[in-house]
Amino acid sequence: MGSPFDINGGACVAMVGKDCVAIACDLRLGMQALTISNNFPKIFNYAPSTYLGLTGLATDVNTVSDLFRYKVNMYRLREERHISPSDPGQPGQLIVPFICGFDSIGCIDFAKDFIVSGTASDQLFGTCEGLWEPDLGPEDLFETISQALLSAVDRDALSGWGAQVYIIEKDKVTQRLLKGRQD
Amino acid sequence: MADRYSFSLTTFSPSGKLVQIEYALNAVNQGVTALGIKATNGIVLATEKKSSSPLIDPPSLSKISLITPDIGMVYAGMGPDYRVLVDKARKVSHTGYKRIYNEYPPTRILVQDVARVVQEATQSGGVRPYGVSLLVAGWDEGIEPEAADIKNDSDSPAKPAGKTGGILKGGPSLYQVDPSGSYYPWKATAIGKHATSAKTFLEKRYTEGLELEDAIHIALLTLKETIEGEMNGDTIEIGIVGPPADHLLGYEGVEGAQGPRFRKLTKEQIEDYLTNL
Repeated sequence: MGSPFDINGGACVAMVGKDCVAIACDLRLGMQALTISNNFPKIFNYAPSTYLGLTGLATDVNTVSDLFRYKVNMYRLREERHISPSDPGQPGQLIVPFICGFDSIGCIDFAKDFIVSGTASDQLFGTCEGLWEPDLGPEDLFETISQALLSAVDRDALSGWGAQVYIIEKDKVTQRLLKGRQD
Repeated sequence: MADRYSFSLTTFSPSGKLVQIEYALNAVNQGVTALGIKATNGIVLATEKKSSSPLIDPPSLSKISLITPDIGMVYAGMGPDYRVLVDKARKVSHTGYKRIYNEYPPTRILVQDVARVVQEATQSGGVRPYGVSLLVAGWDEGIEPEAADIKNDSDSPAKPAGKTGGILKGGPSLYQVDPSGSYYPWKATAIGKHATSAKTFLEKRYTEGLELEDAIHIALLTLKETIEGEMNGDTIEIGIVGPPADHLLGYEGVEGAQGPRFRKLTKEQIEDYLTNL
């Protein structure tokens, strides 16, 4: 029996740009080498510009995303405001791009550049190190994160089968579906 | 017969009262007067430090407490109960908020947490209600009232929560928490022995658009109406929520670090205000 992190497969990546961030995931759900679904998104939306990507055991992806939906909804009811990943300061002041990652026991990785996770994380580290550069605009960031993800999952048997990309700007979020290789 | 309902805390009397809670309010109404006034740029909390003996060392007595760097609290009623609530408020602001969200709770959330503690003491076995009313003053980051008006005009989609006390609404807020666990937002109010006359006085003196300095002045005038002893830096205690006091940070040169907004006035500062009264 393999590690629970590798049973279902999947990959996720987030990147910082200039006044924007991007987060992307693949769409595969597998049972070991057998692909069950090519429509299993791993990115979840919790507030207007707050997204969470979860990779690993699919049952836990569901559990954790539901738990966060509950917690975030309770926060919104209690505080009459949306939650945000870091202290946004005063609305109207500069809102800065922010990404971070967690390992499975909750250790935070505050990154200035990119965060990767999933069975393709080794490959993603390589493609991101190669393609990412500072201060990319929304369109360039989309191109960069898409190429980084698609190239990485092509070299991972447990990830791929299409991808979902979110480009988050100050007052706009764009979601794009990438077909990718279906094999 | 009437006394049949006075002992069990959790038994309603036929008229719908919980008499133990009313008795707790009586304890509050015998306590030393405390008051709070909200200004546009801050809040003032003030009370009399009444010492029963001339041998008491006044500087070691403290009735106004810091809860978070931007929130302060004062009480009327039983001192020991207050200290317990201060401890619980400080604790819950961390366990229930800062350790989860990595920032201090907004005033309304802190008030709700304290009010829950107080309410639980009215519905649990083996306890008595807290014999204190609290005034909680705090400043929240967010859209300040004036800015909110401007934003409403431009018909923007990010609509500030306005009067509901939504947390998008930043700026100063002043709350009273009673032994029943109810809480009320105020522009200005008083609790304790002379609360009624102090409130009448505040109604006459309070104006919209008050500045913090004016509010401190009015607070001292109000205390003067009701105070029983002498008025000086030893017998008056004042806490203010104002602009960030970076000199209280204890260090400098850290970018983005902001000093506490809540601070207590020193004896000398109070005496300066008193001479200008």
